[in-house]
Amino acid sequence: MKDVFAVSAPPHLKQKISVESVMWQVVLALMPALLMGIFFFGFQSLLLTLYSVLAAVLTEAIIQKFRKVPITIKDGSAVVTGILVAFNINVASPWWLPVAGSVFAIAIGKQVFGGLGFNIFNPALLGRAFLVASWPTLTTAGWTRTTPLWNSFKSSINGLQNLPNNVPEVITSATPLSVVKALRDTTQISRDMAETVMNNVASFPTIREIFWGNIGGVIGEVSALALLIGAAYLAWKHIIEWRIPVSYIGTVFVLIYIFGGINGLFSASLLLPVFHIFSGGLILGAFFMATDMVTSPVTKKGRLIFGIGCGILTVVIRLVGGYPEGVSYSILLMNIAVPLIDKYTVPKIFGEVKA
Amino acid sequence: MGLRTFPGGVHPHDEKHYSKDSAIEELPLPKKVVIPISQHIGAPSQPIVKKGDEVKTGQIISEANGFVSIPMHASITGKVTKIGKFYHPNGSMAQAIEITGNGEDDWIELSEEKEIDSLTADEIKSRIAEAGICGMGGAGFPTHVKLSPPKDKFIDTVILNGVECEPYLTADYRLMLERSKDIIQGLKLLMKTVSAKQGIIGIEANKPDAIEIFEKLLKNENNLKAIPLKLKYPQGAEKQLIYATTKRSVPNKGGLPMDVNVVVQNVGTTIAVLEAVKYRKPLIDRIITVSGRIVKNPKNIKARIGTYFSDLLEFAGGTTEEIGKVISGGPMMGFAISTLETPMAKTSSGLLLFDQKLAQKEAERICLRCGRCVDICPMNLVPSLIAHNVKHEDWEMAEKYGVMDCMKCGSCAYVCPSHIKLIQWIDIGKIKVSAQKK
Repeated sequence: MKDVFAVSAPPHLKQKISVESVMWQVVLALMPALLMGIFFFGFQSLLLTLYSVLAAVLTEAIIQKFRKVPITIKDGSAVVTGILVAFNINVASPWWLPVAGSVFAIAIGKQVFGGLGFNIFNPALLGRAFLVASWPTLTTAGWTRTTPLWNSFKSSINGLQNLPNNVPEVITSATPLSVVKALRDTTQISRDMAETVMNNVASFPTIREIFWGNIGGVIGEVSALALLIGAAYLAWKHIIEWRIPVSYIGTVFVLIYIFGGINGLFSASLLLPVFHIFSGGLILGAFFMATDMVTSPVTKKGRLIFGIGCGILTVVIRLVGGYPEGVSYSILLMNIAVPLIDKYTVPKIFGEVKA
Repeated sequence: MGLRTFPGGVHPHDEKHYSKDSAIEELPLPKKVVIPISQHIGAPSQPIVKKGDEVKTGQIISEANGFVSIPMHASITGKVTKIGKFYHPNGSMAQAIEITGNGEDDWIELSEEKEIDSLTADEIKSRIAEAGICGMGGAGFPTHVKLSPPKDKFIDTVILNGVECEPYLTADYRLMLERSKDIIQGLKLLMKTVSAKQGIIGIEANKPDAIEIFEKLLKNENNLKAIPLKLKYPQGAEKQLIYATTKRSVPNKGGLPMDVNVVVQNVGTTIAVLEAVKYRKPLIDRIITVSGRIVKNPKNIKARIGTYFSDLLEFAGGTTEEIGKVISGGPMMGFAISTLETPMAKTSSGLLLFDQKLAQKEAERICLRCGRCVDICPMNLVPSLIAHNVKHEDWEMAEKYGVMDCMKCGSCAYVCPSHIKLIQWIDIGKIKVSAQKK
């Protein structure tokens, strides 16, 4: 008996995949959106993102050092969080804003719970919620970083004929979503007028511009196209799965179509839900945040419920809530429900017979 | 696409190119064999020889112990030199009978019967039982038991498993190419035994020549057909094969193929059955694939049961590099064994040699809850949550997420980015949950 070989449990073949490869591929998938952010908002976007990533990685390393656990910054998960925090802020923000967000995201959103795999909330979204609550003016005001194209968007609305003088005031200094929100709530102009303006906002040219990213907003959610390219890559690599994004976006589409119009049920044009889907953080949220592995259900049915829940909450916030945008709070609220969802959506076993 | 298959599953590279073109070669008589008394599911057999006894090839050396059990036979001629604990191809140490050969191959008398058509089903089954045949695909369930459904169950379909979905293995493939007519005759015999109306041979799409052979041979048979199946692991798992070929779902919680009127037999088993019925030849040899990148001449070898793996590897020319891991069976469900001084059993479909790199073990990381295991589980279980609950000793939840219905195909561990040893945890869960029920 000359040779003794090491033994291990089967299977003895392993797909080439690891925590590292998953996380770094997510980072890669976020790059097109970052490039578009730099393209539309300038070099400052890149700097803010770098500060944010550095803060996230350092925070992770320091806390892991204190906790006397292995330092796992190489796995890329803190990098993902850092990028996502930066993607949620406005390019005009001071440098310390994304830093504060990332420190909070990693420290309170992740390490307090025990690190990767144990966190209840998507850390980046928790970081964003912290920023919105702490510096509301810095985070929600001042979207109007002027780019030549943003100006052309504004003038396309301003150029509407026969508008009362006060309409432009409703829609200045705002993202497309806050324009729509303001139009729903405004009492300054008539309902019909508001509807006309809304139909002009949610029109094909605007949607096209939003799709390319030619619009005001935060760094990472400007270009739906760039985000979709990254999402397609992740789907191709089986890192994200269709159920959450499709059920989330599908729910938003249906609900906005039913309730989104100004003059009662089904009064919206079909373009309005499309406009809602490509505006704000929905694409980023649905493909990159709601699909966060750690904080979404593992069962297939559970993922559908999770997506639908996110969709309902997003629409409720966008239409009747206090904010123009509700993606991040919707996902955070649904994060809480994940253990419950998993518990009640145990899949039917192959060949299952009733006991 | 359009090929039939089952829901879920994974796509490891099939690695069959190493050995698929090597025709079956017979291993010269080994000097020594070690025959474990338990090579099957059911009660271990009872040795009826003692140390020093002379035995002939094919002579019974260990009797079946009850109905769900099979006898063992001497696979070479010589002397019983030890009865005791030996390495078993499942990685454990188990009771076995060692025979040292005298260089002869002196067989017990076999009866060549030309007229097997006149045999009754009971006669066929008793010949199968006497020959000590169990499922040779890997599980090792006694074949005569599978062919004996209780009175309230009837069988209408016999499915031959020619899928061989485990990577590397090509033993069944070579049998299908080289002994296709015997396989068809064996299928008809099985159908007669259980009075089945139709016979199906399920073959995975990566064996187009085997599919072609059977489609040609079965052209004029209206109740027999070959069904090509999509290349996907574990296409050859019994329940998945039944679903793919007949759309019938075997009930969970211990349901059997006979519950959906089906019997499944591996193609190798089918040939053993034919030989047992025709010649009364006991199961003392089988085809085994010896393969791996580092094997000098990967081969499909016809070898006597009890042959040491070291003899098989020597016949295949040894290895070109240092061995990292030795696997008995396929790479997905087979056992890593600690020594080549381990004998092959009736269920040994492969001997695989992995290099150091393939043998590398990754540390288990925390579950990311990515759900990849849930997406691909062919039994539609929640492997990650089973493992989680086993770790936390919540047996009730482990059972709820399906621990007892797991067939341990290993697909979940294959796709896990955190390298969690899901099959190991599930094994613990199975043991604990069944212990609790007692």
